[in-house]
Amino acid sequence: MRAGRFRALVAAAVALPLVLSGCGGDDDDAPTDVAKDTNFEAGTTMAKLNEAGSIKIGVKFDQPGLGYKKPGTDEPEGFDVEMAKIVAAKLGLEPGDIQWVETVSKNREPFLQNGTVDLVLATYSITDKRREVVGQAGPYYVTGQQLLVRKDDSSIKGPDDLGGKKVCSVTGSTSIKTVEEKYKAAPVPFATYTECVQQLLSNAVDAVTTDGSILLGYAAQQPDKLAVVGEPFSEERYGIGFKKGDSAMCTFLSDTIKGAIDDGAWKKAYDDTLGKGGGEATPPTVDPCS
Amino acid sequence: MDVFVDQFDVILRGFWTTIRLTGLSATVALVLGTVLAAMRVAPAPPLRWAGATYVDLVRNTPLTLVFVLVVFGLPELGFQLSFFLRAAIALSIYTAAFVAEALRSGINAVQSGQAEAARAIGMTFGQTLREVVLPQAFRTVIPPLGNILIALTKNSAIAEAFGVVEATGTFDNLIRDYPESFWALFIGTASGYVVIVLAISGVLRVVERRSVVLR
Amino acid sequence: MSTQAVLYDVQGPRARRRTAIGSIIGSFVVAAIVVAVVLRLNARGQFESEKWQPFSDPDIIRALGEGLVATLRVAGTAVLLALLLGTVLAVGRLSDRRLLRTPATWVVELFRAIPLVLLILFFFFRFGVTLGRYGALVAALALYNGAVLAEVFRAGILAVPRGQTEAAQAIGLRKSQVMRLILVPQAVRLMMPAIVAQCVVALKDTALGFIIAYPELLRTGQLIYNGYFNIIPTALVVAAVYVTMNLLLSRLAIVLERRQGRARPVVTLGPAEAPPPTI
Repeated sequence: MRAGRFRALVAAAVALPLVLSGCGGDDDDAPTDVAKDTNFEAGTTMAKLNEAGSIKIGVKFDQPGLGYKKPGTDEPEGFDVEMAKIVAAKLGLEPGDIQWVETVSKNREPFLQNGTVDLVLATYSITDKRREVVGQAGPYYVTGQQLLVRKDDSSIKGPDDLGGKKVCSVTGSTSIKTVEEKYKAAPVPFATYTECVQQLLSNAVDAVTTDGSILLGYAAQQPDKLAVVGEPFSEERYGIGFKKGDSAMCTFLSDTIKGAIDDGAWKKAYDDTLGKGGGEATPPTVDPCS
Repeated sequence: MDVFVDQFDVILRGFWTTIRLTGLSATVALVLGTVLAAMRVAPAPPLRWAGATYVDLVRNTPLTLVFVLVVFGLPELGFQLSFFLRAAIALSIYTAAFVAEALRSGINAVQSGQAEAARAIGMTFGQTLREVVLPQAFRTVIPPLGNILIALTKNSAIAEAFGVVEATGTFDNLIRDYPESFWALFIGTASGYVVIVLAISGVLRVVERRSVVLR
Repeated sequence: MSTQAVLYDVQGPRARRRTAIGSIIGSFVVAAIVVAVVLRLNARGQFESEKWQPFSDPDIIRALGEGLVATLRVAGTAVLLALLLGTVLAVGRLSDRRLLRTPATWVVELFRAIPLVLLILFFFFRFGVTLGRYGALVAALALYNGAVLAEVFRAGILAVPRGQTEAAQAIGLRKSQVMRLILVPQAVRLMMPAIVAQCVVALKDTALGFIIAYPELLRTGQLIYNGYFNIIPTALVVAAVYVTMNLLLSRLAIVLERRQGRARPVVTLGPAEAPPPTI
């Protein structure tokens, strides 16, 4: 690279991280105060984690806005990550005490079952089927399946406009099945959502579909080219996964989520991450622990 | 087991896509591979160099990466094609390199005396290749080409991650809806591939037997 | 002299002129294609510095390095297991006893017919809890390459000239001794190119780990372009790494072969005989 180009490169190198780290955090501090006077019942998981001084949390590494870790860095960023830090803070743990484990959708149940992680916050929708094998507390966020389209394409305003159109999503996801079966779209499966968005930008597909929260992350990255449209046509309630049967943990997590909603930590976490995509945030009502 | 009743047409459609993809890619790969092999043995050094470089590059790159470059690169070059076609192009580009090498070995396996005799009676390079060497090379080349074709059938499964719903992609989708039928679906899908592979081997054995060259 | 060398005569002046014209036209065509591709990509902004800048970021380079190490780890383990499995299966295939031969043949044919992608998905969904992503990937690769190597071994043993076996039997060696003392040592030398070729295949196959999100080199590349939207530059960089790695491996094989001395490699298992690499 020639000298002039190199200088531009350096300038870009300085500017780019600032732009990219816009979604996520300039947070070296915890999003909420780390609890100092924790008082957990002996023998509970919370007490064990508190004493151990560290916790393993499973998050996504490839979802901008929710759980995204730039390769080569140590810390992921996103709304799930911020919520995880809030939970850790209530356990008396600093963000630095968290060991982040990449958890893709297929791994969530196995990782909880075999102890690879203590908690999972990875766009983990609460379903009855999953509740048979793991515990899920929350929801801490409610979203629904939506559509991401090119801003200059006005033919798609909602799922009913999808008939015969090419819609991209990740192989095997519920989203892709829904649009194919219910809305007669032509499914185009890819390995990651980013690849879907790339195909959308190059006009090879007409829409990308998945949880609105994930789509907001992409819209936030390219607000002049992409837009999220239509009302959510399914309901996805993100919960915190934990090992099945740990009812004390369930109560603790539910209380933590409610507390964060009440004291504004939830809203701050949202504004720092997903909120940048221009979405409105309604804090959810937390399920009672069964 | 009711998954087969409900989704039989889906599964069949997946395998049909696999067969179509394999067929199209095989045809293009054979043509392209022959051209490359001819380039590699041609008198003009630049052609030889181009052929050799192509083969070296492609054979040492994972097929997945070829897919990425083709599926995401073609639109950048201005070609808007269906995902099926893109997958076919990626598979063809990749397989052609192996076809070229198999053909080249086949050419070398023909006794050099044949080419010398052809030259002695004044045949040109093109005539030598077309009338004398390639027909004899054909017989030697069938087993390796058969293997390449079988490999192509299996490689078509990679298209499932790039927008094409074929047999493995169908498997990937169905096991999430019908987790209790996991073994049935796996054995079913695997058997499908085995059937296709056996069919290809069978056809090739017949072709091989029919093309016995009398010496 | 191979046929390739005798396809055309030593060229007289007219032929030389024709070849020269052909060369020039050929070079021009190739160069034109390359230039056209580069220009087109440039017009679409694929060479913009912001798309390539991540690769001067030490974090990114470190991540790619880690991905490379992971790739090598998976490939190494899988190859070792595959060598073991291949030996076992080859012995089965070459056995005189039908009881051993038939199941071995079935296993080999089965694993050579199933796509590797399907195998990986199988191990991950069924045994993902116990094996993890690393284990699932290694298991699938080892089984698949083991079956292929079994065929390579079998072809190698069969390619040793019959005279060797006959002579060994004439001096009264038992079958296992014939194998161990006469056939295997010679077969190994014949098979080296094919075995190395299979190692290259195994290295390339690790790229399929991206389907289950195992952080090998290709998946690392995916994570990079997920964040920076620079698919083409990342793909080119990752491709360069793979090609370099594989070319080095092939060179190493050639060096090793030469080192083993000119001790009468009467025949080598060229690509026509050995089952060619499948992915």
